[in-house]
Amino acid sequence: MSVYYTEEHEWIRVEGDQATVGITDFAQGQLGDIVFVELPEAGRQVTKGGEAAVVESVKAASDVYAPVDGEVTEANPALGDDPSLANSDPEGEGWFFRLRLADRSQLEGLMDAEAYQAFVDAP
Amino acid sequence: MSEAPDRILPLDGWHVARGARMVSFAGYRMPIQYEGIIAEHRWTRESAGLFDVSHMGQLIVAGAEAEKGLESVLPADLAILKEGRLRYSLLLTDDGGIVDDLMATRRGDHFYVVVNGATKEGDIAYLSERLPRTVVLDHMKEQALLALQGPKAVDVLARLAPGVEQLGFMTGGAFALGGGAAWISRSGYTGEDGFEISLPAARVAAVADLLAGEEEVKPVGLGARDSLRLEAGLPLYGHDLDTTTTPIEADLGFAVSKRRRAEGGFAGWPRILREIEEGPVRRRVGLAIEGRQPVREGAIVVDADGDEVGKVTSGGFSPMLEAPIAMAYVPSASAEPGAEIRLVQRGKIFQAKVRPMPFVPHRYHRKGAA
Repeated sequence: MSVYYTEEHEWIRVEGDQATVGITDFAQGQLGDIVFVELPEAGRQVTKGGEAAVVESVKAASDVYAPVDGEVTEANPALGDDPSLANSDPEGEGWFFRLRLADRSQLEGLMDAEAYQAFVDAP
Repeated sequence: MSEAPDRILPLDGWHVARGARMVSFAGYRMPIQYEGIIAEHRWTRESAGLFDVSHMGQLIVAGAEAEKGLESVLPADLAILKEGRLRYSLLLTDDGGIVDDLMATRRGDHFYVVVNGATKEGDIAYLSERLPRTVVLDHMKEQALLALQGPKAVDVLARLAPGVEQLGFMTGGAFALGGGAAWISRSGYTGEDGFEISLPAARVAAVADLLAGEEEVKPVGLGARDSLRLEAGLPLYGHDLDTTTTPIEADLGFAVSKRRRAEGGFAGWPRILREIEEGPVRRRVGLAIEGRQPVREGAIVVDADGDEVGKVTSGGFSPMLEAPIAMAYVPSASAEPGAEIRLVQRGKIFQAKVRPMPFVPHRYHRKGAA
């Protein structure tokens, strides 16, 4: 199992050809109180860098992009009932959706945890 | 496009030291939030929130013709305004558009006027051009402005500035606070009881420390200021009001006083009178949005054919109602409470219903009321 990160502050946890996607703790901190999350339906094809979800904080709406190409297999039903899970446990219970990877080689361009931390810490 | 760097307000370091996230607003670096917008919002409704609104323009309008001069640009009846009393009013264009909204207080031999931060330079230019030459306009740049808002604001401030508890809503006076003088009025922008405190910038950090040191008080940022005023149904200039909206369209007819309405003599009177008599073509209303997803400023109001007939001017999530709410301009025929409104945002359709404002009841301290 490996976890990768994007410059748009999404994480993707990969197990075989399945992956789980969410937003990072840094992202949720920047967004503030999350009050609604619009998630993709199962079966939808998403493309790397394309819009996959919308996260609404009290202040504003922000797009969440797909880190890689793939087919959505499941959206997190818990977020519909309690969007604040994306604040309280962004890299756990607050995951956004799962997908089936279309092209594993796309993972190579993403950051690991250490590189992402350095990216976030950069002035 | 290059932008001027944000100007720094007297409490800048104070906010940063308390963990505020600073953003650019109205040309200033200002705190958007400290612990979080929802927590700060609820704290204000339950206890007392301290807001730094020093970006706002504080003006003195003085001279024998000050009252007459101001009455030529705004629709309030200043002649009957008593000493130490505030009025909400609007600077108007000749065709009834809104240049800014403001609070005017009669204070001794002058009027003390508070205008919006983002529009103050334009307001000063407008007033300088329109007021009689004998009127002296002073922009008090060395004056800071704090707001202490919430049901416990009166308990806190009465301990530190005894006598403020005697003020009724929309009245003010001079009080000793933190070892110096401050002008304190019972007013605000949250729908709650509370106070606005005008004092020299040199003393504002000490007074902010004093207030924030009370257990009922937490600092509150611009984010909650916006969600609080939205719940209270209060318009925000530059969003819900601008030079293309009139006071009647904006549902601010209360700001056009009876005498002024009958006599006129202020910018925009013909159109405003016509709209009072015949009704405006569109009106600012409150909307309750179906579902949980907020609809934001810029979303469009569409009719049954999908044609644009209005727009959302403010929208967000109400922490108290735990539901999305908005303000929008809609055709007058659809402006009554209960009317079904259809909105489009990013290609998606939202259903909404017109509902009376405020969304959350005001709790002002009106003298004479229980």
